[in-house]
Amino acid sequence: MKKLFKKKSTRTSFITYAVVVAVFLYLQIRNATGGLSSTMAGQLVPICAWSIMALSLNLTVGVLGELSLGHAGFMSIGAFTGAITAAVIRFQSGGAAGGALTLIASVAVGAVFAGIAGVLIGIPVLRLKGDYLAIVTLAFGEIIRALINVFYVGIDKNGLHISFLNTENLSLDAGGKLILNGASGISGIQKISTFFAGFVLIMLCLIVIFNFVNSRSGRAVMAIRDNRIAVDSIGIPATRYKLLAFVISATLAGMGGALFALGQNSIVASKFDFNTSILILVFVVLGSQGNMLGSIIAASVLTVLPELPFMRGFKDYRMLIYAIILILVMIFKNNPTLKRFMQKLFPFAELKKRFAKKAEGGGNDG
Amino acid sequence: MIFLGFLDNLIHGISLGSIYAIIALGYSMVYGIAKMLNFAHGDVIMVGAYISYYAVSSVTGCFGLHPALGLLLSVSICTLLGVTIEFLAYRPLRKAPSLAVLITAIGISYFLQNAAQLICGSSTKFFPYVEFFHNKLFTVGELSVSLTTIVTIAACIVIMIGLTLFTGKTKTGKAMRACAEDKGAAQLMGINVNKTISITFAIGSALAAIAGILFGCAYPSLSPTLGSMPGIKAFTAAVFGGIGSIPGALLGGILLGIIENLAKGYISTELSDAIVFAVLIIVLLVKPTGLLGKKIHEKV
Repeated sequence: MKKLFKKKSTRTSFITYAVVVAVFLYLQIRNATGGLSSTMAGQLVPICAWSIMALSLNLTVGVLGELSLGHAGFMSIGAFTGAITAAVIRFQSGGAAGGALTLIASVAVGAVFAGIAGVLIGIPVLRLKGDYLAIVTLAFGEIIRALINVFYVGIDKNGLHISFLNTENLSLDAGGKLILNGASGISGIQKISTFFAGFVLIMLCLIVIFNFVNSRSGRAVMAIRDNRIAVDSIGIPATRYKLLAFVISATLAGMGGALFALGQNSIVASKFDFNTSILILVFVVLGSQGNMLGSIIAASVLTVLPELPFMRGFKDYRMLIYAIILILVMIFKNNPTLKRFMQKLFPFAELKKRFAKKAEGGGNDG
Repeated sequence: MIFLGFLDNLIHGISLGSIYAIIALGYSMVYGIAKMLNFAHGDVIMVGAYISYYAVSSVTGCFGLHPALGLLLSVSICTLLGVTIEFLAYRPLRKAPSLAVLITAIGISYFLQNAAQLICGSSTKFFPYVEFFHNKLFTVGELSVSLTTIVTIAACIVIMIGLTLFTGKTKTGKAMRACAEDKGAAQLMGINVNKTISITFAIGSALAAIAGILFGCAYPSLSPTLGSMPGIKAFTAAVFGGIGSIPGALLGGILLGIIENLAKGYISTELSDAIVFAVLIIVLLVKPTGLLGKKIHEKV
């Protein structure tokens, strides 16, 4: 057992699992005993969904080292396909209340569709790198949003009807039901996402990510991040590994999107725009790139913060504060002069780093 | 008649494209020298539009100045803003990884948008320059072109010629090109790199202010997020034409404007943005350096 925990990567992953389980148990007990206010209880599912989004983006930004500015696009695909699946199941079962099975099916469908989109987008996008890659992911995110805005889906006893024009073009039967109404989105969603489901999905994400990062493929991906030319020179197929990481990231984002959508009354495509992509990026950056627990903490804190009673007064300033924090974190973390100054101010962090270096050679923060 | 409609769309496209080209120039110059994507550029456009609104509009709370004075004020404040942003946010990160700089730029963009939202409120404001131009129409045969369109295209041409002369003939312009090529070597030749980058930001932001006013004339309702979409599209235009090249920005901007307007006119209004971005993706995949860009070989 002692030998097992000597490896830093194993230790990090087990600490992360333990913290997530502990926080889940604490919140679940508080919630069951009525210790949480109704607003807080309502935030539990969104917290899980945003945490999953942050985790999945962290795989692209922190581990793969490429900036994706269209992550909300994958969330959007997961959200809409997941919500449509739930609505279809509900229609077929004659309007019965959905349960855990509906949720599992919806999340799975959302993940699969987002994963397919990840492959389709990843193949062209990952040929580029750096700023060009960022701008192309942004472009794809906007294209997804624009397409869902003109997408109409309905169902009747003949099956699913899909149109890119308008609701009349769906030609539904009298007993048919309109599911996705273009720019008005999907309304009347049955809220079947639960905190427990969110917790399970977060754990699933963590297991997938940690196992990926500590595998042969994961090491290849990190090598690509650290030195692309060296990787090419020793014959690692860089594009294939990049695509693998990108698709995993997209699939997890689809799961997060489906979980999010099924916790809302209604969703519209314009919710998942460039600003949402940036919001997820803020979670990742504030939680430190490559650090999974950091992503979860940042996503949770920043989701809950505006809902806290004492923050209500600052609601207008919320985004302004976000922006300032983002800028300051980046400058303090990356400016050599300020970095040295911070090390003098907080010598503890430096000592910890030295200790970690002594304890093991190599390894990473993931 | 069909041909006339096409011509009308084309002229509007060129006018919109001229605005994109002016914005794209700012992006392109900054990218060429500082090797960073200045995401806040679109929001400087917004600031420029708002300042000229407050200076010129005769609504209570505004100053009701002459439009020319409003233009001057807007350009000078934006120039100052651009230099300040560079000094406070980007200069400390000169040697940082590009991801950090990009995220800082996004932070600045957010900051400007939300500050504008807080200061100016979210109520829609009507841009006053439109009244100044009185929507005068010039008719050639059956085709009619508004004064705003002509002014926009003329401004774009003047700026392009001016900038080409500036970077080609003046000492500062040559210093800028030297910095774009190799900062270390430029420094060894006695060029003040930091000052040169500041000047680049100043020029880019001044152009953004002009673009803001022209954009306001084309789409007269102001909102704090008005700059983000044209900003992104102008970057698309800069990449399209080949980033770092002045004629590339002009070509990319005007082509993009034409594509967008034709897509709006003949395919679908909702999908025009998607089509513009699809064109960007295709161009980047086929020719990653853009239409007029030079290929730079990577050295190990």
